Amino acid sequence: MIYRETGQFKSSYQADQALFPINQDRYVIFAVLIVTFGIVPMLLNEYWLNAIMLPFLIYSLAAIGLNILTGYCGQVSLGTGGFMAVGAYSVYKLMIAFPELGFIPLVLISGLITAAVGTLFGLPSLRIKGFYLAVATLAAQFFLIWLFNKVGWFYNYNASGMISSPPMTLFGVTITGPEGDMKAKYLLVAGLVAVFALAAKNIARGRIGRNWMAIRDMDIAAELIGVRPLIAKLSAFAVSSFYIGMAGALYFAVWLGSVEPTEAFDINQSFLVLFMIIIGGLGSVLGSFFGAAFLVLMPILLKNIMVDGFGTDAALAAHIEIITVGALIVGFLIIEPHGLAQLWRIAKEKLRLWPFPH
Amino acid sequence: MKITKISRPIVAMLLALPLFCGTVGAYELTIPTLDYRTGPYAPNGIPFANGYGDYMNMLNARDGGINGAKINLVACETAYNTKRGVECYENTKGEGESGALVYQPLSTGITYQLIPKTAVDKIPVFSMGYGRTSAANGKIFPWVFNFPATYWSQATVFVQYIAEKEGGFDKLKGKKIALVYHNSAYGKEPIRTLESAAAKFGFEFMALPVDHPGQEQKSTWLQVRKERPDWVLMWGWGVMNQVAIKEAASIRYPMDHFIGVWWSGSENDVLPAGDAAHGYLSGAFHQPGGDFPAHTDIRKYVYDKDMGLGDRDRIGEVLYNRGLVAAMWTTEAIRKAMEIHGTNEVKAVHVRDGFEALDVDEARLKELGLPNFTIPVKITCENHEGPGKVALQQWDAKAKKWSLVSGFYEPLRDITGPLIAEDSAQYAKENNVVPRICGS
Repeated sequence: MIYRETGQFKSSYQADQALFPINQDRYVIFAVLIVTFGIVPMLLNEYWLNAIMLPFLIYSLAAIGLNILTGYCGQVSLGTGGFMAVGAYSVYKLMIAFPELGFIPLVLISGLITAAVGTLFGLPSLRIKGFYLAVATLAAQFFLIWLFNKVGWFYNYNASGMISSPPMTLFGVTITGPEGDMKAKYLLVAGLVAVFALAAKNIARGRIGRNWMAIRDMDIAAELIGVRPLIAKLSAFAVSSFYIGMAGALYFAVWLGSVEPTEAFDINQSFLVLFMIIIGGLGSVLGSFFGAAFLVLMPILLKNIMVDGFGTDAALAAHIEIITVGALIVGFLIIEPHGLAQLWRIAKEKLRLWPFPH
Repeated sequence: MKITKISRPIVAMLLALPLFCGTVGAYELTIPTLDYRTGPYAPNGIPFANGYGDYMNMLNARDGGINGAKINLVACETAYNTKRGVECYENTKGEGESGALVYQPLSTGITYQLIPKTAVDKIPVFSMGYGRTSAANGKIFPWVFNFPATYWSQATVFVQYIAEKEGGFDKLKGKKIALVYHNSAYGKEPIRTLESAAAKFGFEFMALPVDHPGQEQKSTWLQVRKERPDWVLMWGWGVMNQVAIKEAASIRYPMDHFIGVWWSGSENDVLPAGDAAHGYLSGAFHQPGGDFPAHTDIRKYVYDKDMGLGDRDRIGEVLYNRGLVAAMWTTEAIRKAMEIHGTNEVKAVHVRDGFEALDVDEARLKELGLPNFTIPVKITCENHEGPGKVALQQWDAKAKKWSLVSGFYEPLRDITGPLIAEDSAQYAKENNVVPRICGS
């Protein structure tokens, strides 16, 4: 009743091919943007912005990146943690060496550096597929972390091997380091995520995205109809790593402020992002947000409800939280193996037909 | 995207509700505890948290808190994970009327995160014998206290102990000393000191990293077996400790040539290796054992009323006492702050002053029911490390007891001093910190 395209006539191809062809979708997106940029920063306190919104947005960006590679192009990768580390160390070295360039260009450059590294590690994908490729990217994960531990140049020969982000400003507001303004940090990250989520959605439905999907669905058939696997696969690795590199840069410079490679970018990080896209929905930008929300917000929400709401003992709450999150993952995947994005899609389909289901 | 983004503020408001419903009463001293009772580091996190909490609960039950102001412990589970630690910090820093008074993260990774944040929020961090060593320089790190000694001091003490056993510093030449370390900021701390010591005394130094969580160490100990170092030092934590001691036993490495940092020397670490762990050494800055008057009070006021955080028969374990001594120094600092500022309603900024003026000598320890329990500590504006003295304790597998086997050594300040100055200056430069002037 409320959500349907009936009565919305398109009089040009442009209107018909719009990103969100249904008016209601567009209104909701505008509303979300207004809430994100206008209301959230005013309403939420520092704890919510720093401990919940920033990780959620940054992981969403990483999940979009991995979704491009795994969801759209069908190449399984376990190197996400390593690629995030590349982004983080790139932005660190750049912030030390070229602070005058400004923070946003530095984040983009570190994304490009990660894209180059990702393309390099994507080369085996031309010969191997599936589980074997997963093992090859796993090698990237371990190699990169080992490299950042081993070579002192990356961490400026710090005694404890940690990197800390020097303070940088944007339009006169400090956005990195402990004195950074929390609202500015949030708006910066939210802005980058919004722009690049939109870009991802557009790339995915354009020529390049269709090439990726052709490769994903059946690579031999794709090759026969003229998709070049070399270009398609490597471009997927490059774009995916670009996103993941930016996420890594923001993760280090804006959110955490100082990191050590082994803990911040270990294999669990790769698994976490992979689980996000599996739970959220493979091949869906919206699903990346759902997945990140599920795995970042759910544990904190459960903890806050139990500890602050019911006064549960902190350790007991931590154990209950592990059990509950696990059970919810299994539950959701049984209900909908294609992820939360698919649930959303079904709900929309149902709404369009409502109140006559046939 | 739609559902979550819209409902988040609503959830935020719902969750914030209980915060406004708190009862208003007498002034309470809020002390958050960043515990870890889950995950691979829980075997070490639990006894420490128990000792820390039990001592403060005992003060509450026996004396009604500190000078009559009750302590309100706010537990937050970190699982030794840096990200969760940051979340806990943000969540608890504004808790209660007093706000968080002091943080004891018990994790070098979380300490590194909190050092810049707490300087902005003006809350002291008491990273007792861990964390960033160069924070000993109070001129550059006014909000961080890492007494009674640092990792670097401890590393030089181990070198002294080795020299003593080998028959003098000149005998160190040509010896081989290995460091088995947790591959993190924590484990890497002593490397630079040991390298300097190696250059000075002419021994050969080899560093063997073990990755988190440290269950897999076969290749490390294969290397030890191949290279046969004369001494092995260990900077380990959690499950890593017991695995390392078992592996060392399985290659028949002489235990009395194997020295752990003070975080690698508790009952949990040696018991799994059984009799093979006999003679294993570790650093220490307090006595083991549960027969001090303070322990008796804890049994009487806390465990007899069923308020104990742990098992009654585990009172007095090494890490329990470590938590207890941390709580003792923390509460003494708060008491000092009350004395300096003449009020019971102290805030975090006042507690910092209390830490900086802390002076717990033997006479005071006796009053607190901890005679000869630890070394006297006196903190000044420049020196946040305090005495820096370290002793060694040894495990007796037959009696299942730790006991101190050496006196307290002075660290080799000619090695650590320049390193602290250099590292803290680098921090100051990277973070635009202007060193404060002391003694004005």
